[in-house]
Amino acid sequence: MRTKGWGLKAAALGAILYLHVPIVFVFLYAFTTEEASFRFPPPGLTTRWFAVAWANADIRAALGLSLRVAFVSMIVALILGTLTAGAVWRTKFFGRETLSLFIILPIALPGIITGIALRSAINLVDLPFSFWTIVIGHATFCVAVAYNNVIARLRRTSPSLIEASMDLGARGWQTFRHVLLPQMSSALVTGGMLAFALSFDEIIVTTFTAGNQQTLPIWIFSSLVRPRNRPVTNVVALVVVVLTFVPIALAQRFSRRAEEAT
Amino acid sequence: MTTPEKPTIQRIATALYRRPRLRLALLLGVPLLWMVGVYGGSIASLLVQSFFKLDSFSGTVDRSLTLDTWRDLFTGANMSVAARTIGMAASVTIASVVIAFPLAYYMARYASRRTKAVLVMAVLVPLWSSYLVRVYSWKLILSADGIVSWFFGRLGLSGLLDAILGLPGIGGPSLSVSFLGQFLVFVYIWLPYMVLPIQAALERVPRSFLEASADLGARPATTFRKVAWPLAIPGVAAGSIFTFSLTLGDYIIPTVIGDSSPFIGLAIYSYQGVAGNLPLAAAFAFVPIAVMGLYLVGAKRLGAFEAL
Repeated sequence: MRTKGWGLKAAALGAILYLHVPIVFVFLYAFTTEEASFRFPPPGLTTRWFAVAWANADIRAALGLSLRVAFVSMIVALILGTLTAGAVWRTKFFGRETLSLFIILPIALPGIITGIALRSAINLVDLPFSFWTIVIGHATFCVAVAYNNVIARLRRTSPSLIEASMDLGARGWQTFRHVLLPQMSSALVTGGMLAFALSFDEIIVTTFTAGNQQTLPIWIFSSLVRPRNRPVTNVVALVVVVLTFVPIALAQRFSRRAEEAT
Repeated sequence: MTTPEKPTIQRIATALYRRPRLRLALLLGVPLLWMVGVYGGSIASLLVQSFFKLDSFSGTVDRSLTLDTWRDLFTGANMSVAARTIGMAASVTIASVVIAFPLAYYMARYASRRTKAVLVMAVLVPLWSSYLVRVYSWKLILSADGIVSWFFGRLGLSGLLDAILGLPGIGGPSLSVSFLGQFLVFVYIWLPYMVLPIQAALERVPRSFLEASADLGARPATTFRKVAWPLAIPGVAAGSIFTFSLTLGDYIIPTVIGDSSPFIGLAIYSYQGVAGNLPLAAAFAFVPIAVMGLYLVGAKRLGAFEAL
């Protein structure tokens, strides 16, 4: 029994290491002095690539675009997801199941299907590629995260809370503002943060909806396909890891705190 | 009333409260327009697009309906790309189950509350973040002068690495341009999607089932085979939906790592990009959709949807 437990622990630890050790090398290589190859161990360590990356106008533009796209997509996804959750919660209507299917579909199907479908639609209606075509693509798959978080929270909200509020004389608007909204707020933060992270590092759908615009992931991908500036690519990769980790960690904290509160 | 509110807002709120249909329409209008109109419409436009064809002389899309593009799809070359992709998706799914199961089992059965929270986070973070960077990290690890080669060299096993790379079919000049390397990266990227559903399925197995099996004299291996595994199958099926579907459509991994033999995703990408043949790319996109459709029917039978 003891040996079996040991084997299981080792296998579980192995899986966790497999999931996390590779990212460590991204951190290490951002500091290497080696310019041309992926030589290990790095011949020396330096922080100068951070300055080089920051001085690069393309990278700054790509970072700005990625942040703007992620922010706007997050807002759109939150609005659409919350509205849908509000409609689906406690109301039965024709096509309800179909609607939830359509919400989930963009993240359940491979990204390339969503990408090529939007590309084909953009092509058919002769829409020019722009910031907004990227946002349309991102918001479409981010809705699922916002919706899932809000609906899960609403389902755990007891209807008696709302009835109590009404019985105590609160009007519809007051009940919404003082009872329902505080209940939903942590779900909105969690959903919003996850949507932001999802959008910030998305590459597949973006490739099909972006035209000539470069988001940060597209910049990284193009420098992987045509290797140039390896040290700078490593720095940008590190920045992407850090910038997507922050909203995810925040989302986790908020959802855990909300769970403990209920 | 202690807090005074604007009377207009009050009136609107009351009106909406009394008219549930109007409320529903206001809530649903925009999401319906977006998800069913824009997204559903896009999928429909994909189908329409696949009945157009590329004029090979002018290089423009001829928008009159034809079956030619679908005929082009069912050629030997395209079908072998589809077969290779499905084979990769199946092997990645199997390997993910093998690696994910012990971790999921440990999380569900042995880990303390605290450890479990940490482990769930450790599986969730890679699932949510940095897909592209996580692929890229393997370029660093697998390249000819990278960490794996160095490690084998240190152990004096460079000969073994060369022997593995020399294997026909899975080897190559270096790990980062081999089938084996590509397989490792696919499993690495989609593994988290397999861990969580299996863990959830195992959480639902009452501890007493496993104890009863042991009490009745079954050895751990038998308990696993006859009790834990069958009860975890819905979770495995649920996880496999993701590992299978995501491998089927991926084109980033085959571009960055591997011997550049084409996959479905890569074919769709290059048909619409380099070749400018959007109709053929659209028709090709229905291959993964059809495969996933069949797969979902099978997964549903195994109880995957209850385990999601």
